[in-house]
Amino acid sequence: MEAPAKTGKANHSTIQRRLIPAYIFLIIVSFISVFPLLWMISASTNTSLEVARGKIMFGTYALENFQKLVSQQNLWGAMKNSAIYAVVQTVASLFICSLAGFGFELYHDKGKDRLFGILLLAMMVPQVATMVPLFKMMSQLGFLNTVWGFILPSLATPFLIMMFRQNSRNFPLDLMQAARIDGLSEIGIFFRMYVPIMKSTYAAAAVITFMNAWNAYLWPKVVLNKAEAQTMPMLIANLSAGYSIDYGVLMMGVLFCSIPTMIVFFVLQKQFAEGITGAVK
Amino acid sequence: MKANHGTLLAKQRRAGWAYLMPGTLLITIMSFIPIINAVITSLKTGSSDNMQWAEPLFYNYTRILKDQLFQRSMVNTFLYLIIEVPIMLILAMLLAQLLNNHDLKFKGFFRTCVFLPCATSLVSYSLIFKSLFATEGLINTVLVKLGILETNYNFLGNPTSAKVIIIALIWRWTGYNMVFFLAGLQNIDYSVYEAAKIDGASGWQTFWKITVPLLRPTIVMTAIMSINGTLQLFDESVNLTNGGPANSTITMSHYIYNNSFGQGVANFGYASAMSFIIFVMVAVLSFINMKVGDKRD
Repeated sequence: MEAPAKTGKANHSTIQRRLIPAYIFLIIVSFISVFPLLWMISASTNTSLEVARGKIMFGTYALENFQKLVSQQNLWGAMKNSAIYAVVQTVASLFICSLAGFGFELYHDKGKDRLFGILLLAMMVPQVATMVPLFKMMSQLGFLNTVWGFILPSLATPFLIMMFRQNSRNFPLDLMQAARIDGLSEIGIFFRMYVPIMKSTYAAAAVITFMNAWNAYLWPKVVLNKAEAQTMPMLIANLSAGYSIDYGVLMMGVLFCSIPTMIVFFVLQKQFAEGITGAVK
Repeated sequence: MKANHGTLLAKQRRAGWAYLMPGTLLITIMSFIPIINAVITSLKTGSSDNMQWAEPLFYNYTRILKDQLFQRSMVNTFLYLIIEVPIMLILAMLLAQLLNNHDLKFKGFFRTCVFLPCATSLVSYSLIFKSLFATEGLINTVLVKLGILETNYNFLGNPTSAKVIIIALIWRWTGYNMVFFLAGLQNIDYSVYEAAKIDGASGWQTFWKITVPLLRPTIVMTAIMSINGTLQLFDESVNLTNGGPANSTITMSHYIYNNSFGQGVANFGYASAMSFIIFVMVAVLSFINMKVGDKRD
């Protein structure tokens, strides 16, 4: 009994020893990934001069940077705008795309499969190509500087529909039949069965959509041309546009712009990984 | 009874179509119709409210051929694409294979670290890099202290070093792609890897002989997304260098934006013609990608 245990232990340590290069590589890559973010947080607590001189450690100037940021820019207005745009887009987009994915996979026939193939072509349409026509459309509809103008172009994306369609492959069809026999309506199947069962796909889709909406820059720059409607990425871009940049204040703004997406990622991290795993099959 | 069954099926079929209608309509109105509009606009000239058919019709396209700035933006964009996409995808796959190793510890920690840059916005990341690489900034201070540089160097003021920094910035997407590869690997039976280990295959051999072939569908998908994204590079060019110095780092999307909404000109016809060129490039590259991805079967 003792001998196998011993070899097991020896095996274990040789395995770990063989993994040392892997650990070193991963530590270097992780450091390169995380260092700019840690530095951003520490810089937001230092004066512009300290940042320029290359100070790495945390300072005591955070409150002053924050006060300067609030006095120079409409921070809360931009935070509120970004939050509204991102939340509305995430909720509406998840509903529309999951409903489509549900329809395409669980009610599929030849016609629907062909239509899906056509919709996938929209993946190739670049944003810059549709920017001018969409701007004209939004201005005719009176949607400039509104949440509608912001969300409409990216409410339905082929990527999300594809993700829901692919993840629906494992959906239990016999359960669906049983529910029908029990008298559940078609839309009832969607809300009562599909949505709860597909939780992790919804989580993954929510992380991706929220990040894309919060971080969007090109389209908001086109459709939101009034200061009151501006988003966080636009606000921090303004902070760095002048000749003399206050780095402490800038990094404080960047910190505020990064916090919401980080929170969403950390809260939904586990479901995010599960949802993506379902999608790549 | 049979008739009843038939109407039930018809009802189900109608429900199916109803579910996919909102998404289909939105994609049609927000992607397909605008791209057709863009093609029509590309054949017109004049300012936004007052556009007429161009004379000759392909005036905007012949103008592209003579526009050296557009050509420079195209060369820049392709430079970023050719250097960045292969390195990034191979690195992402390598990371995914390492993190898929069942003997590795702290997997979750490493995965979170590598993905974290993607949770921040591109604008944020660009501004962090802009501050780090400023003439008066951390990187310069460290390099001068180490004696590698004699005096502070204006990294973003030199076309070559500015381009290198933009390429370094696009590295932000490595973690994003890694998540898809990791997901792809988790659907592969791990015993394949254990068998390879017993047969004495090195990590490198396992990577090229097992990981890469088995991940082919995921590679095609991430390659299309990366190529598409790089051809539309905008945030980095605007926020890191503002296209400069002297437009030497400008990307195609940035140049098109300047022609339509920036710098006080609203040259919608010309901008549409240039954007149609990007559309054709994306379509051709995606098509090649799918064909190559299929062939090796």
